[in-house]
Amino acid sequence: MADDLVNAIANLHEEEALILTRDRLDAGENPHELLVDSRKAMEIVGKRFEGGEYFIPDLIYSGHILNQVTELIKPKFKEIPKTSSLGKVIIGTIAGDIHDIGKNIVVFMLEVSGFEVYDLGVDVPAQNFVEKIEETKATVVGLSGFLTLSFDSMKETIKAITEAGLRNKLRVMIGGGQVDENVRKYTGADAYGRDAMSAVSLAKQWIGDKNDKQDT
Amino acid sequence: MTNKTPEELFQERSQRIEDAIQLKVPDRVPVAPTFCYFYSRYAGITAEEAHYDYHKWSLAVKKTAADFQPDLIQNPRHLILAPGPLLELVDFKEIKWPGHGIPSNYSFQYIEGEYMKAEEYDAFLDDPSDYILRTYMPRIYGVLEPFKKLPPIRIMMLGYGTAHLVAALARPEMTETLEILIKAGAESLKWRSIMNSLQQELVEMGFPLSSDSIALAPFDVIGDHLRGTQGIMLDMYKRPDKLLKAIEKVLPMELQAGTFAAKRSGNPRVFIPLHKGADGFMSPEQFKTFYWPTLRKLLIGLIEEGLIPWVLFEADYTSRLEIIRDIPAGKAIYHFERTDILKAKEVLGDVVCIRGGMPNSLLCTGMPQEVKEHCRKLIDVVGKGGGFIMDAGAIIDEAKPENIKMMVDFTKEYGVY
Repeated sequence: MADDLVNAIANLHEEEALILTRDRLDAGENPHELLVDSRKAMEIVGKRFEGGEYFIPDLIYSGHILNQVTELIKPKFKEIPKTSSLGKVIIGTIAGDIHDIGKNIVVFMLEVSGFEVYDLGVDVPAQNFVEKIEETKATVVGLSGFLTLSFDSMKETIKAITEAGLRNKLRVMIGGGQVDENVRKYTGADAYGRDAMSAVSLAKQWIGDKNDKQDT
Repeated sequence: MTNKTPEELFQERSQRIEDAIQLKVPDRVPVAPTFCYFYSRYAGITAEEAHYDYHKWSLAVKKTAADFQPDLIQNPRHLILAPGPLLELVDFKEIKWPGHGIPSNYSFQYIEGEYMKAEEYDAFLDDPSDYILRTYMPRIYGVLEPFKKLPPIRIMMLGYGTAHLVAALARPEMTETLEILIKAGAESLKWRSIMNSLQQELVEMGFPLSSDSIALAPFDVIGDHLRGTQGIMLDMYKRPDKLLKAIEKVLPMELQAGTFAAKRSGNPRVFIPLHKGADGFMSPEQFKTFYWPTLRKLLIGLIEEGLIPWVLFEADYTSRLEIIRDIPAGKAIYHFERTDILKAKEVLGDVVCIRGGMPNSLLCTGMPQEVKEHCRKLIDVVGKGGGFIMDAGAIIDEAKPENIKMMVDFTKEYGVY
């Protein structure tokens, strides 16, 4: 039965997923089990995306289903228990740029892959990244930018991180629009990614994958 | 540099481009950097000035054209969408522009939203013009808020329609709106007359315009302007039939938009920037269902009108090359950003003129020598046998001027057939 919900979400069967969730909650099942199942399902979604079987609309739809499932489970908890996190990642679209579609997909994929993500939003001044790094001690920072004009903003953000004495404590990845190896070199980032899954694999590689197993 | 008159240069450049499009071998590879805010950056004015100081913007465009001598000049009127004072007057909510929510040296940027709700598909399908006028436009233009209270447009022909019109015009807020529109109209006239002279001057300087008309892929119209990325992606699963009907409904509108402006200006090239059909943005099956059929009909419709679609494939379409091959040969330009352009030449070389291939990142961060080597490779492989226009992959806001100069000058030298 548990597998049914995992499969319903992973196969993007919205109605079935919601019916199964309601049935199991009505049967008095521990809501925590359902959370674990939905997380398992999202792992499958992530793997299918990585394997080229799923595309961005599938991710968006899986997120839509997951949100509704979570909404049904929520009232059963005083607060949603935190699952153990793989690590902390700070993400934002750099100053001057307000594009958020790509950034939001990266945030979503990092979250469903088990990272604790601090999404700073769009048009984020360099100083906000520095402050967030100091506050959270995150060791991975992702800078998003769609415009070619953003390359300088990325460079300046990384410079600000360096000047705050934080650069050697973390890794920086960049992505969006025209970003490639030329831009990585120019900005001084550690790596660039062409899609959301490269952000996930870079973060995993950098933080280590020790908490990968489910905490069941 | 040359003894040719501007008229001769204009003819020569037009012919070169025409040959490339028709897959003939021109005298040399044409080079046409799709300048955008590069004009203002190169001339030392801000992007904000490009939107607000029409004369400075004109001078910037002319200086760039004169200094680099490209084969086509990117239309200065399309690039900045609209002048700042006009955008302010109509309170346009769909973009932020330099000095208005965006730093003064950055390009204007769209704010995507669900401007049409999921439950409004039926209203749109039933009467798109009415929906656009009374629901969509008031949402994206603050000044048109009173249009929400206009009577349904089609009841105006019931004989007593005038009674409805009288009622609609009696509202004080409608008077205020009309007064602002008059001011916006005056501003628009001022800008247009300066842009018209600028275009005329560019022609007199010997530069054909890249295009004077824009159309969008029907899927992108719904995705970019009505439902937003998330909205339209969910619609593919939750209400595919309505989405498909809406896309079909939009097709003749886009055909009309592209044809109307191209015929008015006499420039046959219609710019079609693509946004949401790229690799990863949908599955091959979804592309074949939701994106390509109406885009193909749009391209063929324009071609049948004697026009030349110039399609900018933003992001990567490498996996879709076989599909997009299906158009008449020698009638269009496919401009590629991150698509594997060598593979594109292989698959599409006998069907469509290929444009682009120079990474914007290299123009921004590389050295002239690297640009030169990349040009050489593009000319050798993609330029082989004609059917190629040298350009950056995407619109050029920022680039080192010496890199642009290298791309243009080296193509003129090495690209001779």
